[in-house]
Amino acid sequence: MSNSAPRAPRRLYKGWAPYLFFAPFLLLTAVFTIYPLINAIILAFQQTNGPASRVFVGLDNFRYVLTDPTFYKALGNTTTYAFFSVFLQLPLALGLALLLNTEKSRAKGFFRLILFSPNLVGQIFVGILFGVLFTPRYGLINRGVQLLIGWGLNEQWLGNPALVMPAIVITGLWMWVGFNMIYFLAALQSVDKTLLEAARIDGANPFQVFWNVTLPSIRHVVVFVVVTSIIGSYQLFELPLALLPVTEGKGPDNSGLTVIMYLYDQGFSAGDLGLGSAVGWIVAAIIFFLSLVQIRIAQLTD
Amino acid sequence: MNAVQWFLLLVLAVFGVLYARSPARPKLAFSYLRWVTLIGVSVLILAPFLWLVAAAFKDQTVLNEYVFFPPLSEWSQQTMNLGNFRRLFAGEEAVQGTVYFWQYVLNSWFVATANTVLQLVFCSAAGFALAKYDFHGKQPLTVFMLGTMMIPGVILFAPVYEMMVKLRLVDTYQGLILPSIVSAYGIFLFRQAMQAVPDEMLDAGRIDGCTELSVYFALAMPLVRPMSAAFCLLTFLGQWNSFFGPSIFLQSQNKLTLPVVLNQYINFYRNDYGVFLAGTLIAIVPPAILFFALEKEFIGGLTSGAVKG
Repeated sequence: MSNSAPRAPRRLYKGWAPYLFFAPFLLLTAVFTIYPLINAIILAFQQTNGPASRVFVGLDNFRYVLTDPTFYKALGNTTTYAFFSVFLQLPLALGLALLLNTEKSRAKGFFRLILFSPNLVGQIFVGILFGVLFTPRYGLINRGVQLLIGWGLNEQWLGNPALVMPAIVITGLWMWVGFNMIYFLAALQSVDKTLLEAARIDGANPFQVFWNVTLPSIRHVVVFVVVTSIIGSYQLFELPLALLPVTEGKGPDNSGLTVIMYLYDQGFSAGDLGLGSAVGWIVAAIIFFLSLVQIRIAQLTD
Repeated sequence: MNAVQWFLLLVLAVFGVLYARSPARPKLAFSYLRWVTLIGVSVLILAPFLWLVAAAFKDQTVLNEYVFFPPLSEWSQQTMNLGNFRRLFAGEEAVQGTVYFWQYVLNSWFVATANTVLQLVFCSAAGFALAKYDFHGKQPLTVFMLGTMMIPGVILFAPVYEMMVKLRLVDTYQGLILPSIVSAYGIFLFRQAMQAVPDEMLDAGRIDGCTELSVYFALAMPLVRPMSAAFCLLTFLGQWNSFFGPSIFLQSQNKLTLPVVLNQYINFYRNDYGVFLAGTLIAIVPPAILFFALEKEFIGGLTSGAVKG
């Protein structure tokens, strides 16, 4: 029963060695994951004033969060961001991967390096940089937009509630499009070349080849990237925090407030860890539900 | 119409001409379009970096005068200098006395390096145990380990913070580092890599008198070096850039790491943004050097978990 590997029949090891190798993980996980996890369940039903005082309040935390319009604002913003990462960023990433995939020369490695490079920079640093790039009159983005379409030199991206989410989406796109492209590129390289050749010989045009051969072949990676994108989107926090320093990461009229920012505000800034914990569970439930839907869709199309 | 618009029109016109010349097999036209797109996207990606470098070295007074660098004819001490860096490193008064910027760089190095070394040891050891031994309880332990990967981090922030307060570990590096030195994902990666290590080699070592510890350390570890390099790079990068943990757990000004301090500086130096841009440039140089030195391992490690499965 204890042997799960069929290919290498090994004798059952009786010594202490594997347990010793595994012990640090178990110990630290018990203390810093499992115990806090149990605590997180309890905390969600308590009101805390700093870590010192705790009062049981039943479902009040959830009731408060789920009736708070600010929470729905945050949820709406975060969902908007998630929507654009899945339906704008991922298609662009896939497109770039397709453009790079046919190249056999050194150029592929070169472009891959460039496109991936923003991902080396931490979200805080990207936020700081783009916060300045978005400034009216002198910011690089406004200057560029002005040159291209003759509009927007004085646009206050980060001070205008209507443009805050687009600014966050653009920044996220710059940061992560290359990261997602790497996954698509790796998947495209493992697509069976003979299948592609056969489709071409049968007279399929490039679009048909992509839709009927390439996409089905890489669908597992597509699902993986979509799920991780959604999970990442719902945990967005550091980027808007540094991007919108004047409004402490929330943007004018909370136009850039994300759910994790809301959690941070309620739990750590306002000091009610119980409320923060409840927000955490709600976010976790949303992420879990969306991932489940994704995986289910993937199974149905198998 | 300005120069940029004319240029884009020209790019499109060239495509049109190429396509019109052989509409039946427009191979050249599309190859041209591909290169134009790739170069264009690369320019968009690189422009902010170039702008950052320029801004960090431009004098305060001319920061907004030139888009990128000043023209070479106007290049002088008055336009390009190290003034931003001088002000950045001048030191600031805090409750703990004067704190200099290099202190934060050092703190970031320490936290990221300590974390990486500890994670490397613990994750590879646990991965080795799962890959190379059959022992009582292996299956439930594996399931448990994979299960912990599904616990979302967001619900643990509040209770872990509360625990750190009780353990009096807030504002210490132990409190910051301890919760993150084992990762189920790391163990999983090392388990995959260690499975390729031949059993016969390890057995030969045992016959020659190696202890289990030295079988792991002296025989198995050198064989998974590419995986180790990728893992270290990913971990170091993650820790170097990490913000949420340090911003919650660290309080004394002289203990802060770069992301936390630079986030403070956006407000401190609101009217002198050359200073925090210089700091940002310093913060992104070490990861860039590491990445360009170890690029192949890095990309390999990144996708190894996803594509094969």
